[in-house]
Order: sequence, then C-alpha cells, then structure tokens
Amino acid sequence: MTALASTSTQASTAPRRRRGPGSARRRAGSVFAGIAAVIVFFASVFPVYWMINTSFQPNAQVRGTELHFWPDNGTLENYTNVIFFNERAPFLPALANSLQVTLLTVVVALVFAFLAALAVTRFRFRSRAAFIITILLVQMIPAEAMIISTFRLMDSWALLNTVAGLSAVYIATVLPFTIWTLRGFVNGVPVELEEAAMIDGLSRSQAFWRITFPLLAPGLVATGVFGFIQAWNEFVFALVLNPRPAAMTLPVWLRTFLDPNGGTNWAELMAGSTLVAIPVVVFFLIVQSRMTSGLVAGAVKG
Amino acid sequence: MSSVRDDLGPAVSGIEGERLLAPPLRPAPGARRRRRQGGFTPYALLVPSLIVLALITGWPLIQLFVMSFQKFGREQIFGAPPEFVGLGNYAEVLTDPEFWQVLGRSVVLAAVCVVATMILGVLVALLMKRLGAVLRTLVSVGLLLAWAMPPLSATIVWGWIFDTQYGVVNYVLSNWFGLPFEGHSWLIDPLSFFFVASIIIVWGAVPFVAFTVYAGLTQVPDEVLEAAQLDGANGVKSFRFVVLPVIRPILAIVTILQVIWDLRVFTQIYALQSIGGLAEETNTLGVYIYRVSLGSGDFGVGGAISVIVVLLLAAVSIFYVRRSVKEEEL
Repeated sequence: MTALASTSTQASTAPRRRRGPGSARRRAGSVFAGIAAVIVFFASVFPVYWMINTSFQPNAQVRGTELHFWPDNGTLENYTNVIFFNERAPFLPALANSLQVTLLTVVVALVFAFLAALAVTRFRFRSRAAFIITILLVQMIPAEAMIISTFRLMDSWALLNTVAGLSAVYIATVLPFTIWTLRGFVNGVPVELEEAAMIDGLSRSQAFWRITFPLLAPGLVATGVFGFIQAWNEFVFALVLNPRPAAMTLPVWLRTFLDPNGGTNWAELMAGSTLVAIPVVVFFLIVQSRMTSGLVAGAVKG
Repeated sequence: MSSVRDDLGPAVSGIEGERLLAPPLRPAPGARRRRRQGGFTPYALLVPSLIVLALITGWPLIQLFVMSFQKFGREQIFGAPPEFVGLGNYAEVLTDPEFWQVLGRSVVLAAVCVVATMILGVLVALLMKRLGAVLRTLVSVGLLLAWAMPPLSATIVWGWIFDTQYGVVNYVLSNWFGLPFEGHSWLIDPLSFFFVASIIIVWGAVPFVAFTVYAGLTQVPDEVLEAAQLDGANGVKSFRFVVLPVIRPILAIVTILQVIWDLRVFTQIYALQSIGGLAEETNTLGVYIYRVSLGSGDFGVGGAISVIVVLLLAAVSIFYVRRSVKEEEL
C-alpha cells in the first residue's frame, strides 16, 4: 500500500538526485519500459478485444473483405441468435446445467474441504502427513488419464448425462485444491484467539464459530470462487460424461459451434465465447487479490 | 505493511494499493504451531473428503490400473468378461511408434511453452517493478484479463484470429505488409499448428508467472539493490546476485507447475483440432488417450497409456510435493 508507493517513488527519484550524468540514460530506459508496457498491455488484451468486437458485428461484415476495428454496424443479433435460436444445442438448458453443476460443486466441496482443513490445521493425529501428501499428489493426476475409468464408473451408477454425476466428479477434482488453500487460511487465524475466548467462558465449538469462522469468511469466498472458475471452465469430463444436448454444460455447448470444414459462424461463436467468459472474468477480478499461496499450490489453470 | 501472516506466500497482485503480504518468516526453532491431540475428532472431520476421494478418484484409479492389464474393448463395455493379457497392452503401446511420436511431441511442446512462459513472465515481472503506478496498473489489468479468459474461449478466439479466410493475422500480413498470406492455413501444417498452440498456451500462462514473480520481486530489499548499484553492479549483475537468490524458490515452484500443466494440456489442442488441424499429426498425450480410448474404443490400451502418463506426471510432481511439504511443518 503506502509502503509500495513510497518504495516506487524512492526508486525513481533517489538515484536521479544522486547521479546527474546517468539521468539521460535513465530517461531513455524508462521510455523503453513505457513502450514495453504498452506492448504487453496490447498483447494481453487484443484477443479479448477482438472477441468482443467481432461478437457485435453482423456475420456478413465479419466475412467481408474489410477489417472493422470497431463494431460500426453494431448489432445484438449474434447474441439473440445464440441464446434463443440455436436448435442444435440450446443455450438456456446449457446455462442451467452449468449453473447447477458449478453451484453444487462449490457448496459441497467447500463444506467438505473446510472440515478437512480444520482437521489438518487444528489437530495432531497419526497419518496427518500422509493425508497432506496424498492431497498434493492427487491434485496432479491429469483428468485425461482418468476419463475412461471415470466414464465406466458413472456409467455403472447410471449417472452419465446427469447434473449429479458431473458434479460428483467435479467435487472430487476441486477438493484437493480447496483443502490445500483453506488449510492456508485456517492456519492464518491464530489458535490463541480461540483459546482466549475459551478462557472467557466459551466452549470450544462456540469459540470456533464466533471467533474463528468470521475471520475465515473472506478465505472461504475466495476459495469458493476459484472452485467456481474451475468447474465452470472444465471441458474434458463434461465432453465425455455429459455429451447429450440436454445435459451439456456451456464449454461443450460452445464447441458445437465449431465446424472444421470452414462453415463456422465466427460472429455467433464470438458472442458465445463472450457469454461463457463473462462470469469467469467478473469473479476472477473480484478475488484475484485475495488468492495468495493457493494459486502457487493449486491447479487453477489446467 | 502491518499485517504479516507467516502461512501465506506473497500475494499475487500487481495493482497499486492491493494488499501485499510479506514473505513467509522462517519459524523460530522450537516455535512449532501448537495442535491439539484430538482423539477421534480429526478423523471424523476427514471422513466426507476421504469418501469422495476414495469413491471418485481412488476407485477409478485402481480400475484404470486393472484395466491396463486387460483386453478391454467395445464388447467388454457391453458386458463381455474382460480377458487378462498381462503386460500385453503395455507392450503394444511401447512398441507403437505413434506413442513415441506423441510423447516426444508433448515433451517438446511442454519444453518450448515452459521456457517461453518463464522468460516472458520474468521479463514482464521485472518490467512491472520498473513502471510507475499508472502504467503498472495498465499492464496488470491487461494481464488479468488474459489470465481470466477460459481456456476454451481463448483457444476459439485465437483460432478466429488465425482463421484462414477472415482471420486478422492473414489480413494484416497480406494487406498491410504485402506478404503472401491470403488464404494461408495456419493449422494444416503440424509445425505451424503447434506454433499457434504455443502462443495460446503461453499467452494464458504468462500472467500467472508474471504476478507471482512480481510478488517475489517486491520482497527484494531496495537498500540492497541500491547498495549493489553504488558498488558498480549493472542491471544484469544485480539481477544475478541480488534478485535471483530471493526469487529462486518461487521460480522453482512456478516452473514445476508449468511443466505439469503443459505436459497435460488438453483443451487448447483438442479445440484447435476441432477448428481445423489434422488430429493424427497433432495429438498430444491427453488428446491421444481420448482418441485411442473413446475414439477407437480400445480401453485397455488407452488405460495403459493413461497409467504411463500418470506415472510420468507423478515423477515430475514429486519435486513439487517435496517443496510444498518442506514449507509445511510436518
């Protein structure tokens, strides 16, 4: 905060005051840095901008001979077509599936992971180390390696093409990461706080719910949002386990627009991509500053 | 900077005014965190998670292992009893030149992507350290947008940018620079396909590396850097001898994570193939498993490949797990 601001001003003014002759080279250096910053900005943003720009143009214009860097004949028809008039794979059921699967995943995974995180951080017990190592290792098993046997498992439980089946798989997928991240947050609340409350006459569970839990709320929100993003974006399992149009989630729905033979309607596809991306981007911007060690520890981007 | 929490790593944030946490303090010797001897309680708390992991991760993992020793095709899916073939599936996979091609392709792709991501990520982090507040916020916002894009949406957008007929890349190259790129297909040639794939993967991964390394860079004491400059160290030297030792642990863990993520890349390759690549010549490990098992219905061989991939990633993960466990007092 203030410390950051003051160090950056120090870095920029102090050396200049100290040595005059080098200042021309320094200024050239900061011009160069400014140019590099602008390049990095445009390289990062261009695909996002191009997606939104295309999504507001009529398909005929997108397929025209001119580039339009601004949607001059702006239209919402791509969005309305994608949302309401897509018979092959309707949008609204896919949206409903995505929301149900994601919410179920986040809620169940948070509750289960929270309990496990408490066990790992607040108690000493045999095989605690073994459990933590298992969690870290399980996180690294690639989904692609598990698709066949998971498919068979869900098939044998008659859970293919169901919200419950896909959610169950997602819960197991995000659980290790969620436990690991929550463990960090619970560790951050000193046990002494709880103990002080217990000396003041609260029972252990009262102390926990009244003192520790409120302090953990931001951590729970941040971890939950990252579970949300993972479940919302997941593609492999959704593709294999829920291929029916009625059971599709949004990523699989989005794929139905792709036509390898060149018939892809890019304007509508960009509208679809934007719709899928919006919730993730919004949530991501909300929590990114809160996520700390969890990102280094987990597998958010797969 | 009043709040110092010793359990969290540096905050991943490049925006001015965001909370930044100090680096983890080395715990003083003997100052171990106190934990209760809880009797039965901790096990009870673990039960829900253990049940889920055992049923939905553990059991299929065992099944996968068993299946990799069986002849398991479409008939078996419909109820015929699988036949035990010992190491037959493994022999088939390991003698199949296509498997080695796919493996080599995946390793090379991962290597290229990891190296490019790390170099660009560290450069962007160093750049952010140099910038003033306004430009740094600009760069942070751009990186965050790229980071937040779902991989599938990102792949599709890049596919559109590199589209043969109407893509902006071909348009700019042919109309602005007069190069013969009109109607050029970027995805039909495998090398060019992986060029595009690498751009997508690196573009999506650089923000994570940049923010994490930047958070590490903010922990380098300014006084030490200034002292090094006064002693005549140039930029390269002070990076090598002052900055690098501080951020080395972060670099190590981020590199391992990138290796793991890039070896198992699926969405980008699969979606790019759907946009217009030749699947047989562009499969990577994840996509190959998918095509062998669900495409050709050979679940036994697919299982053998899966087990090999799991073992490969487990070998890489050991480094990660050891590092993570070292941070944790076990």
